[in-house]
Amino acid sequence: MIKVEGITKSFKVAKRSTGLLQATKALFYREHTIVEALKDITFSIEPGEIVGYIGPNGAGKSTTIKIMSGILVPDGGKCSIMGFTPWKNRVEYVKNIGVVFGQRSQLWWDVPVIDSFELLKDIYYVPQQEYKSTLDLLIETLDLQDIINSPVRQLSLGQRMRCEIAASLIHNPQILFLDEPTIGLDAVSKIAVRQFIKAINQEKGVTVVLTTHDMNDIEALANRVILIGKGSLLYDGKLEELRKRFGTHKTITADYRKNSNSIDIPGTSIIHWSPEHAVLSIDTEQILTSDVITQLSKKVDLLDVTIESQPIEDIIVQLYKEFQI
Amino acid sequence: MKVYASVLKLRLLIGMQYRSAALAGVATQFFWGFISIMVFEAFYEHTSITPPISLKELITYIWLQQAFLAFIMLWFRDNELFDLITSGNIAYELCRPTDLYGFWYAKLLAQRLSSALLRCYPILLVAFFLPKPYNMTLPPNAITFILFIITLLLGLLLLVAISMFLYISVFITLSPMGSLLLFGVTGEFFAGLIIPIPLMPLWLQKIAYVLPFRWTADFPFRVYSGHIAQSDAIIGVFIQLGYLLGLLWLGKLALNNVLKRVVVQGG
Repeated sequence: MIKVEGITKSFKVAKRSTGLLQATKALFYREHTIVEALKDITFSIEPGEIVGYIGPNGAGKSTTIKIMSGILVPDGGKCSIMGFTPWKNRVEYVKNIGVVFGQRSQLWWDVPVIDSFELLKDIYYVPQQEYKSTLDLLIETLDLQDIINSPVRQLSLGQRMRCEIAASLIHNPQILFLDEPTIGLDAVSKIAVRQFIKAINQEKGVTVVLTTHDMNDIEALANRVILIGKGSLLYDGKLEELRKRFGTHKTITADYRKNSNSIDIPGTSIIHWSPEHAVLSIDTEQILTSDVITQLSKKVDLLDVTIESQPIEDIIVQLYKEFQI
Repeated sequence: MKVYASVLKLRLLIGMQYRSAALAGVATQFFWGFISIMVFEAFYEHTSITPPISLKELITYIWLQQAFLAFIMLWFRDNELFDLITSGNIAYELCRPTDLYGFWYAKLLAQRLSSALLRCYPILLVAFFLPKPYNMTLPPNAITFILFIITLLLGLLLLVAISMFLYISVFITLSPMGSLLLFGVTGEFFAGLIIPIPLMPLWLQKIAYVLPFRWTADFPFRVYSGHIAQSDAIIGVFIQLGYLLGLLWLGKLALNNVLKRVVVQGG
């Protein structure tokens, strides 16, 4: 469905130091640096997949999305989405995709949301019947009933984002690109958005590519993650694999009867210790979790134990460090 | 076509929301119209030669100017489009299966139409019933009136085509102020909105007649008052059409050119 092969893109950025002298100099002569935003990115995505596209700020996520949605022209490489080259057959191609840029707005600011939807209906030539049923579905699943008649300027960010997502689905696209769809949303709105993305993926088979910094989004939605950093592709595979490969740490929190003996167990490190409470970090490649608990129970009278896998956030931070991005 | 119709509808809806702005606009235009007329009246009283345009024609010219301000002023702009370009929201416009030039042209046309529809009636109505010599007069005959409508609408289409260049230039400069000033001042001067073109010195008239601007305002208004003969008006319609097609073609070319180089920055 989506095939990206060896995409590269670089931007020319004007460089200027601070100070009045430098600023004056820049009037006549400007130094430019070439920033390589994308270096040889290759991946392919099958129909019906939800792919999480992750990476630190400035990694090139949005650039990739913009290239895939036909807004930017790459310097080199091939991209074929549903048989189209996005930047070449722009008008033909964009009928098939929906895009949400979390930091931008596509709704008309001064008019009720529904008016923007009506206009989009006409822009995409959606037949009235189809529009009606899609709209009903969107209103129901995204809970838009109460806000659809309010002008966009009166909506909260969460409400607006739900409308933005609905707006990009009016024409029933087969592919949905979401660039940070949950940015700035509260917990309730985030969950609503996630559930909705899952629902349209399962019910309509929409292929979803989403970029985000919220790893909970990825955990809730994506089976597959693509990690990029400094413009290069670093990892492409299942989230579980990622966890297995890098998430070898678990955290054990133990409460016990007052005991001032130390609880030093090989293969673990103590994060926090008090006579009644300890937090241990264990490396599952060196020692099994069950062994740790056995040893722990010999040393102290355990009252309560909780075992936590390493949060995906930490894994990502660790990954970023490992790849030096 | 349906797209353009619904853009127009939406624009009209937005325009209707700002009734007090429309009323304030009408008041300003009356004020401005009276001042202009009185200034010209003073000049006319003390002139020794016969002016190239009569005071009666001039007054009609000025009232038409005020009534159809939204049709003829280059500074009358769509800030939303400027914001789209400078903020990067244009990303969304590029994800639509429409030709961007046509879509924006429709937006701009709709904005001017909606604004003029709200404002022209009260001005025209009151201007007809003003005491002499400040009142507006009817065109000499029905054919002149029809010609006026045709030339006015063609002038509007031409003006929107000119103003498209303003928006295209913002892709390069990223700030609308410079282009607005430049386009606004030269365009409006050579459209005869500050001094009617017949009152300009001959050498300046020659320049004005070569440029496209006068076909948007000066020409239809003088057709109305009969200052331009019907036969000349018909020739003028073809010149308007020629300019329109030429500018549309150039504008499309220019827009496609800047779009190739557009970079939407930031996340």
